[in-house]
Amino acid sequence: MSEIFGVPTQALFGQLLIGLINGSFYALLSLGLAVIFGLLNIINFSHGAQYMMGAFCAHFLLTKLGLNYWWALALAPVIVGAFGVLIERTMLSRLYKLDHLYGLLFTFGLALIIQGLFRNEYGTSGTPYAIPELLTGGQNLGFMFLPNYRAWVIVVSLAVCLATWFVIEKTKLGSYLRAATENPELVRAFGINVSRMIMLTYGFGVALAAFAGVMAAPIYSVNPLMGADLIIVVFAVVVIGGMGSIMGSIVTGFALGLTEGLTKVFYPEASSTVIFIIMAVVLMIKPAGLFGTQR
Amino acid sequence: MSAGGTPEPFASAGNGRAHHRAAFGVMIAFFAIGPLVLYPVFLMKVMCFALFACAFNLLLGYGGLVSFGHAMFLGTAGYVCAHAAKVWGWNPEFAILVGTASSALLGVGTGLIAIRRQGIYFAMITLALAQMMFFLYLQVPFTGGEDGIQAVPRGKLFGVIDLNAPWAMYSLVFAIFMGGFFVIYRAVHSPFGQVLKAIRENEARALSLGYDVNRYKLIAFVLSATLSGLAGATKDLVFELASLTDVRWEMSGEVVLMVLLGGLGTIFGPVAGALVILAVENYLAKLGSWVTVAQGAIFVLCVLTFRRGIVGELARLLKKPL
Repeated sequence: MSEIFGVPTQALFGQLLIGLINGSFYALLSLGLAVIFGLLNIINFSHGAQYMMGAFCAHFLLTKLGLNYWWALALAPVIVGAFGVLIERTMLSRLYKLDHLYGLLFTFGLALIIQGLFRNEYGTSGTPYAIPELLTGGQNLGFMFLPNYRAWVIVVSLAVCLATWFVIEKTKLGSYLRAATENPELVRAFGINVSRMIMLTYGFGVALAAFAGVMAAPIYSVNPLMGADLIIVVFAVVVIGGMGSIMGSIVTGFALGLTEGLTKVFYPEASSTVIFIIMAVVLMIKPAGLFGTQR
Repeated sequence: MSAGGTPEPFASAGNGRAHHRAAFGVMIAFFAIGPLVLYPVFLMKVMCFALFACAFNLLLGYGGLVSFGHAMFLGTAGYVCAHAAKVWGWNPEFAILVGTASSALLGVGTGLIAIRRQGIYFAMITLALAQMMFFLYLQVPFTGGEDGIQAVPRGKLFGVIDLNAPWAMYSLVFAIFMGGFFVIYRAVHSPFGQVLKAIRENEARALSLGYDVNRYKLIAFVLSATLSGLAGATKDLVFELASLTDVRWEMSGEVVLMVLLGGLGTIFGPVAGALVILAVENYLAKLGSWVTVAQGAIFVLCVLTFRRGIVGELARLLKKPL
């Protein structure tokens, strides 16, 4: 068996793969946070809970309605996104005039309610969710074994991230969105319905989280607390990348996932803290984040 | 929280010392007579958390800095104090001191990093740093991991007063709480407190007037961390236990909730908030996760309809700052 720096290549590539998978979820979630933050100026603390709702939605669709993974991939983001829109319309929209602090506290409370309710119902142990039949098995790449489902997760999240980037940076709709981020009053004066845009943006960000949740269901088990700790790591990712750029949050997400994977190989004790340490270092050197602009 | 923030929910704490004295009287009477009626351990817990919440309020209510990682100061001081009392066999007063000092030190380190960003970023950074400390305490051997440090001896205060006597422990907690409360009261009503409020209202303007804004923020952060540590160290002696619960993000959220419910930027609000939240938790303890749901619901209701908090509303009715 071949080795790199005294580490068997099998283990190295295995951890790098796990790193890429984690990175996919960091990228998807931080992208959703960045999109929401751009327009609403709110950090969506319930993002982790909405990610968990996506996974549970897939679980319910399968057990209650017999709809498989592919249906869940399409329906769960719509259902959870609609829930997000409802929250935005009925409650969140009242807070825009106030200090940003209140948006943060509101979404934090919302996350507690959602996670508490799910935990009452399903406890803290997870429910497994089977990998769809089409994606079981794997490829032997010679230097490592690549499970099909994991390859799928990486490819699809990359595609979704890039599509989001394209829509926001290169299309007419995206230009309205960016304009409304810069100056909502002016955009409103041009006759564009900014309130509806804000509503749909929040719904889209939440849908992204739910989409990530469905993707995660076959890898991690479906668990009421699956998003709680993850979201804190994603916050650190967001701070490192800075929320100024969409591409920035995608790149940072994947890069930090890989870094975490590498740490697991070479110094496993630090694998759960490495992202936070990087965050502290980045803040000392470049407080605005790697891709951000101070404002 | 800088320029353009809405000061509406922050009840101003200007003059009105007579009312403060009256409220002080009520508070002292409550904690002095309380143990005759209520379970003393519960009241000691309330006082520890009230001090924790007051320290947090110094930062959020007066400095406008939203820390979402204050559990790290509560927990760090608790662990160090418990270790000093149990493994090194130190007297309780020294154990509490070394615990508090370690939180102050952590406050300097994390404060220097966190004050580099404002507003929402500040909240995310403090939360992430606290999570880092959580993972650290989960792994290092001296904290006992999931078990925590159990059977921490209360010891003899100054080598003389045995703290296992309930009245002795209660008096010590009472004294510490009042001491910490007084420090915060003085800080808020000093020129330092005025500058801090100026930074909260308009950071750019405070900066242009020549105030070293970052230094003021750091001092406020370290002071808040230190007093949170004092509360954590004391609490662990009361319960003879230091555990991971105190460093989890849920704990950071809980102290935010206490301050929000009691009244942001009010002197007595955090005390009222701590009392109510702990009473609710006590009452709902048998119901498991409903505690979390109840906390979340209180958060949402406070933010949507009750932003002044209990004491803030009271102050508005009485038309006096409290």
